[in-house]
Amino acid sequence: MADVIQMTLRDALKEAMREALKRDNNVVIMGEEVGVWGGTYAVTRGLYDEFGDRRVIDTPIAEMGIIGVATGAAMGGIKPIAEIMTINFALVAIDQIVNNTAKIHSMFGGTMRAPVVIRTAAGWGQLAATHSQSFEAWFAHVPGLIVVMPSTPYDAKGLLTTAMYSQNPVIFIEHSRLYGEKGPVPEGEFRVPFGVADVKRAGKDVSIITYSRMVHVALNAANELAREGIEVEVVDLRSLRPVDWETVYGSIKKTHRALVLTEDWMTYGISAEVAARISHEMFDYLDAPVERLTQLEVPLPYAPNLEKLSFPDEARVIEQLKKMLA
Amino acid sequence: MVAPATVAAPVTHEDPLEITREMGLHWLEQMMLIRRFEEAAEYAYTQKKVGGFLHLYIGEESIAVGAVAGLRPDDDIFTHYRDHGWVLARGVDPRPAMAELYGKATGLVKGKGGSMHFASVEHHMWGGYAIVGGHIPLAAGMAFSHQYLGRDRIAFCVMGEGATNIGMFHEALNMAAVWKLPVVFLVENNMFGMGTAVERASATSDIYEKGQAYRMPATQIDGNDIELVYRTIHQFAEHARRGEGPQLIEAMTYRFKGHSMGDPQRYRTKEEVESRRPDDPLNRWEKKLIERGWANDTLIKEIFARVDQQVAQAVQFAEDSPFPDPGELYTDILVEE
Repeated sequence: MADVIQMTLRDALKEAMREALKRDNNVVIMGEEVGVWGGTYAVTRGLYDEFGDRRVIDTPIAEMGIIGVATGAAMGGIKPIAEIMTINFALVAIDQIVNNTAKIHSMFGGTMRAPVVIRTAAGWGQLAATHSQSFEAWFAHVPGLIVVMPSTPYDAKGLLTTAMYSQNPVIFIEHSRLYGEKGPVPEGEFRVPFGVADVKRAGKDVSIITYSRMVHVALNAANELAREGIEVEVVDLRSLRPVDWETVYGSIKKTHRALVLTEDWMTYGISAEVAARISHEMFDYLDAPVERLTQLEVPLPYAPNLEKLSFPDEARVIEQLKKMLA
Repeated sequence: MVAPATVAAPVTHEDPLEITREMGLHWLEQMMLIRRFEEAAEYAYTQKKVGGFLHLYIGEESIAVGAVAGLRPDDDIFTHYRDHGWVLARGVDPRPAMAELYGKATGLVKGKGGSMHFASVEHHMWGGYAIVGGHIPLAAGMAFSHQYLGRDRIAFCVMGEGATNIGMFHEALNMAAVWKLPVVFLVENNMFGMGTAVERASATSDIYEKGQAYRMPATQIDGNDIELVYRTIHQFAEHARRGEGPQLIEAMTYRFKGHSMGDPQRYRTKEEVESRRPDDPLNRWEKKLIERGWANDTLIKEIFARVDQQVAQAVQFAEDSPFPDPGELYTDILVEE
């Protein structure tokens, strides 16, 4: 048995990358400030010193170029991790991601592969409207991509390791406010498969279907409600494409009530897809309509009080669950 | 017609590259194959057997044939969507190429790409791309893999002059130059980005200057002069192969057909198009072969008859092939793992 140690999500990601760099000489990391600076969120710190500028490559501020070059390099036999500093900047590269990275395999009849791992950070923190967005649904919409968004250090390392072995392009979305989150992680290599959700807390009264940072909000709310004898089940999707519907439906069959909790906007967001599927597939099992709590439909303001109001928190989750159970 | 404006890497006409009669005849046959293939494709389009967009290369064939001759067979080509000529010049069988246009299961990419996405990895032909400029960073990335893995192959990236106005061109050229990647960028300047003349869309009409801005050797040549294309591409490709970094060539040419099918061509007169006919690269090369005593009318007729037969077989193959099985709808989206 491998030793299990407590580490931050940031270090868990770094460990996955370090192991990949050690294992496979064709693995490179490229992105803005990933090298000398050590990554703007310090996720790659130390890797430049350990592996050098041939493996850990600083790029110009050119997201289309980064994704395009990484995709072309992958077609040529390299296994690149392309870091896009934040998911907001991924929009600059969205043509490359959607029209090249996601399409290389299908458009050419399966004759080519582009196994790029695109790491990027979601999150917020008084960064105002353009630097605080949750665009996971934009990428999860596209056939040809795998999209994951881990909530714990364990999942982060396991999913990134799976991504490093994958022959498919992976959009790996980290949440900047989870980088310091600590949790148990086994030493050495292990994988968390794509398309497998994780029941982070078992319960019988109501299910929260969520992912990324909102898993923690859900767990806190569940712990509060447990004191009142309400048992909340928390399902962490982990993969947003493909989604593990069996685990989601299994939870609904048990609790008969679902709250979908996300940090992206409600309209056409991840919660829209999840709620629609549950409503359709679990119609006979539901005792109440599927409810949703998401970011409010506003461009995120700078002022801290307004920013805080924009996201679901424990109090709002509890209030919503109580309404559903009333 | 175009004065070569050369920087850094002059194309010398004392270049030792010999062009033999055998090569010259082969080039004529390849150019003719591309011409006849596209004429057949155009006809099939009017018969509604080919759908979507169909961007014809007619009038520009000397660039693909000359350039491919100047490259090594294992150099990796990325092109725009006007890609039929490039694939055929690379020696890809016209039968699966035509079948791809027909959307058949026997097509180059199983009927999943169509006209704009011809590709054949075994021929190091990495495809036609349909978002203008979108493939330029891919070629830089392929060049990155060659440099990283110590391979002596180069990446060769073909685009129209319209693609040099888009951001991806500039990001890719910049990164290629910063990292000295072994990539040659070839701009086919056919004077129009769809219907917009180059001087109405680009701050400079001399596109090669954009390569100079990134400090790469860059030149402008007459693209309809197949010998000049061959020599220039070979020379620049070898510079890139030797680790001298990216290179850019602007090949001046003219597209005789519309941008795609159904282009009313309001942006130019019939007289203008006719005035360019004498510069048709096929006729020019045919004349030169005769002048040199490398061919006569009989031999040329023989070559053309062979090409006609090859194209007829390609059309027959496409006609006879089945459409993809409905089960193919869900294949190749992700690699199974």
